[in-house]
Amino acid sequence: MFGALLLAIVCAIGYELIRQSMASIQKFGLAFWRTEIWDPVAGQFGALPFIWGTLYSSILALVISTPIALGIAVFISELCPAGLRQPLVFLTELLAAIPSIVYGLWGIFVLVPAIRALEAATPEPLRQLPLFSGPPLGVGMLSAAAILAVMVIPFSSSVSREVLKSVPPAQREAAYALGATRFEAIRAALFYARTGIVGAVMLGFGRALGETMAVTMVIGNNPKVSLSLFAPQYTMAAVIANEFTEAADELYLAALVEIGLVLFVITLLVNSLSRLLIWWMARTAKPSMTAEPAPAAEAA
Amino acid sequence: MNAPLHASPRSVMWRKVLSSAFVAFCGASVVIALVPLGFVLFFVVTQGVRAVNLAFFLQMPKPVGEAGGGMANAIVGTLLVSGLAAVMAIPIGIGSGIYMSEYSGTRVASLIRFAADTLNGVPSIVIGVFAYGVAVLPFKQFSAFAGGFALGVMMIPIIARTTEELLLLVPGSMREGALALGATRARAVCSVVVPAALPGIVTGVVLALARIAGETAPLLFTSFNNRFFTTDLRQPISTLTVQVFTYAISPYDDWHRQAWAGALVLVAIVLVCSLLARFATRRLERMHARG
Repeated sequence: MFGALLLAIVCAIGYELIRQSMASIQKFGLAFWRTEIWDPVAGQFGALPFIWGTLYSSILALVISTPIALGIAVFISELCPAGLRQPLVFLTELLAAIPSIVYGLWGIFVLVPAIRALEAATPEPLRQLPLFSGPPLGVGMLSAAAILAVMVIPFSSSVSREVLKSVPPAQREAAYALGATRFEAIRAALFYARTGIVGAVMLGFGRALGETMAVTMVIGNNPKVSLSLFAPQYTMAAVIANEFTEAADELYLAALVEIGLVLFVITLLVNSLSRLLIWWMARTAKPSMTAEPAPAAEAA
Repeated sequence: MNAPLHASPRSVMWRKVLSSAFVAFCGASVVIALVPLGFVLFFVVTQGVRAVNLAFFLQMPKPVGEAGGGMANAIVGTLLVSGLAAVMAIPIGIGSGIYMSEYSGTRVASLIRFAADTLNGVPSIVIGVFAYGVAVLPFKQFSAFAGGFALGVMMIPIIARTTEELLLLVPGSMREGALALGATRARAVCSVVVPAALPGIVTGVVLALARIAGETAPLLFTSFNNRFFTTDLRQPISTLTVQVFTYAISPYDDWHRQAWAGALVLVAIVLVCSLLARFATRRLERMHARG
């Protein structure tokens, strides 16, 4: 059956990645993930800079995008006039529809120069901090995080919106009835939906981890572990995109595939966990409408 | 979280200010998100329009240093590779979608749904590595087939999930009516349920096509790139996205111009498809509301 084929593809991806990376797994073992040196010429492969770059850029992107995504979700589902709702939903979804390569192109020619100017304008005392050290190149962690944030917003905001929709209206009504302001009522709804919202944010995290083209084009592609936002760094997806076709010997290729394998496993875990949270939220939201008194009412 | 509702008497004024600030923040975040969208579209359109002309669609890329030329080979390549992907993904996607909706609630259906969501979340670059192992290595050659395979794998879960959602919208009474008239389950699905949802499914397929036509990462080492015009599916083939990438990271101004033109074409495809889809789903919803 076709469904079985779908299942088979997922398994085949895992199998194929393991098979192709065997050489690297056997040669380097766990040290692969603790070594900082990436020197294909000398046959030295350590993936630490890529893991670091991927996690650092994705977490930064989340820090930037989460409040904005939540704000959008709240605005669209709770605050905005009904006539504005559909167009806004359409526009935020358009943000997700623009191809990654177009973001990358825009990043290279518009965002990076802007970030470079911003970096150059950073006052000297701040530049002493490790977070802002290094020359203002423009390409680097800050540009990557900014572009990732823009790309992640539509995903986490649309799921948060769905989650907010599943909060029973009685929750808000009870809050209003107790004399809550709008903010307090919405906060009650957000609190009620917290599990699902964490799921929505994690779904965005999964997207950010695997994003390739736009990040490759603005992060600077330099395999160095650094805390600095200004430093050019590298991500797992970017190193595969850049070096895969150049990987001449078997070990080099296997090392790249192993990076892909780990990326696959990480995104698999993050996505499964987020689906689980969202599903759990959807399941608990419904029965509680009648079964138990809403927490806001209890407090009174 | 309930503290302000009942505990220490906080001034009403303060709570009102806080509330207005929150509302303002939500409004502002919408603006913050729409600014990049506006900027991207603005630059793509203004930069792209300067470079798009008839030659862009009809001519081949010129060597470095010669001005002009186009991306005719890449446009054809994108159409071919996306077409291959569609041929592969439509039957599998729709088949899985039907299974998930018609047997929803069974354990197998949940498992397939989980697989579809998983596949949907797999980074596109990883799918590229997978396709490289399955469709490039055994033949020792980059090919349009491999590119189509990679994009097809990405397309399956999108189609499967949209099909499922749309079939679940079809009223249960229609299924029951068909079964009551003595139709077998397969018959009821094929002649009653699927036709009712067909316009929506077609829309979903178009949207999925638009999305994968904009993919770059899985094509980098499957269909690779080709400076020449080819329709031979066993050869490496140029695509719009990979060509835009190559041009964007090159040091030549003329190539940058062409990259913007390519981006404009990609964005136009996406925009037209989303608008069409929105229009179509609107009509569909109205139809269901009436029916």
